[in-house]
Amino acid sequence: MVKDDFTLDTIQKDALKEVGNIGAGNAATAFSEVLDRKIEIDVPSVQIIPLEDVSTITGDEEDHVAGILFNVTGQAPGNILFIFPSESIRYLVKVVMDEEIEPDEMGEMEVSLLKELGNILSGSYLKSIGDMTEINMIQSIPGFSYDMAGAILSSTMISASKTGDNVLLIETEFMDGERKIEGYFFFIPQIESLKTILNALGLDNNG
Amino acid sequence: MDNDEIRIKMAEYQVAKPPHVLVTLGLGSCIGLALYDKYSKVSGLIHYMLPESNGKKNTAKYADTGIPFLIDEMIKLGAKKRNLVAKIVGGAKMFSFGDENSVMNIGQRNAQAAKKILKEEGIKILAEDTGDDFGRTMRFYANSGEIKVTSYKRDELII
Repeated sequence: MVKDDFTLDTIQKDALKEVGNIGAGNAATAFSEVLDRKIEIDVPSVQIIPLEDVSTITGDEEDHVAGILFNVTGQAPGNILFIFPSESIRYLVKVVMDEEIEPDEMGEMEVSLLKELGNILSGSYLKSIGDMTEINMIQSIPGFSYDMAGAILSSTMISASKTGDNVLLIETEFMDGERKIEGYFFFIPQIESLKTILNALGLDNNG
Repeated sequence: MDNDEIRIKMAEYQVAKPPHVLVTLGLGSCIGLALYDKYSKVSGLIHYMLPESNGKKNTAKYADTGIPFLIDEMIKLGAKKRNLVAKIVGGAKMFSFGDENSVMNIGQRNAQAAKKILKEEGIKILAEDTGDDFGRTMRFYANSGEIKVTSYKRDELII
């Protein structure tokens, strides 16, 4: 039985941060190649936060954002969620498709582009974590929503949290040098998966 | 923004009288459940996240503990239970993967929980705007009992 309240000690947190760092580092490299410009990442943060607080983690609840969601199956199930704010969408579409559009008017092509970017980022993230931990993880096809940030974040995290209390997030922000492209990357392992990952790193989760 | 607006976040509730406007922003799979007594003009709104508490304590987070609690709080402010009517908003499914099974999603379960509990309490649902795949913001006006629902994918709706 999984406890409602779980905590991580500093060593475990650092280990997860390192996992996030390696995953996101590779994802950023892949992203840079696609966009042909340098994409940087912030040091990932590992947080256990109450579900009540998730709808504002990227800003205002009503901001329009694109969310690209993956179900992760395999030995360490969970979810991956990308959030691209609308200004970034505008710029991404311009860089890749050489088009000027308002995110509110995105068509199938633009949505496909964002899904495909999500696919590439998520794939390289999971692959590098897999290589490091020898844990096999498979991503689903992308789910897509362009809508209010609060609606996307709350729905995703409530579904992802088995206990309905807290959610563990490994969050990374990425951006280009000019900060025209910014995005949020969330890896949300299930609590059981957390144990699997920590075990694979030689740290068990009894603390 | 209207100065009389009171924001209600996830797992919170609020009861109020005119001129207040009860507001929840960016509802996805959550439900914003509004109760109204048109005689005393007492209004109440709860923003719950899940259908069942299973013994957990965070009252306003769950439909089964939150709705009866909201009714009690409204009675304390002068509402009569027999006058209460309900409107429900939210319960969307924001993402689709094209391989859905028959298991109900959380949004649907949340909406269904409202109907079941309101029936048990003998409270009529006057209107609902639930389901679909988009987020909603709701503004509940205590002077009229009307709710304005705004979303990105659809025109404004008054229920």
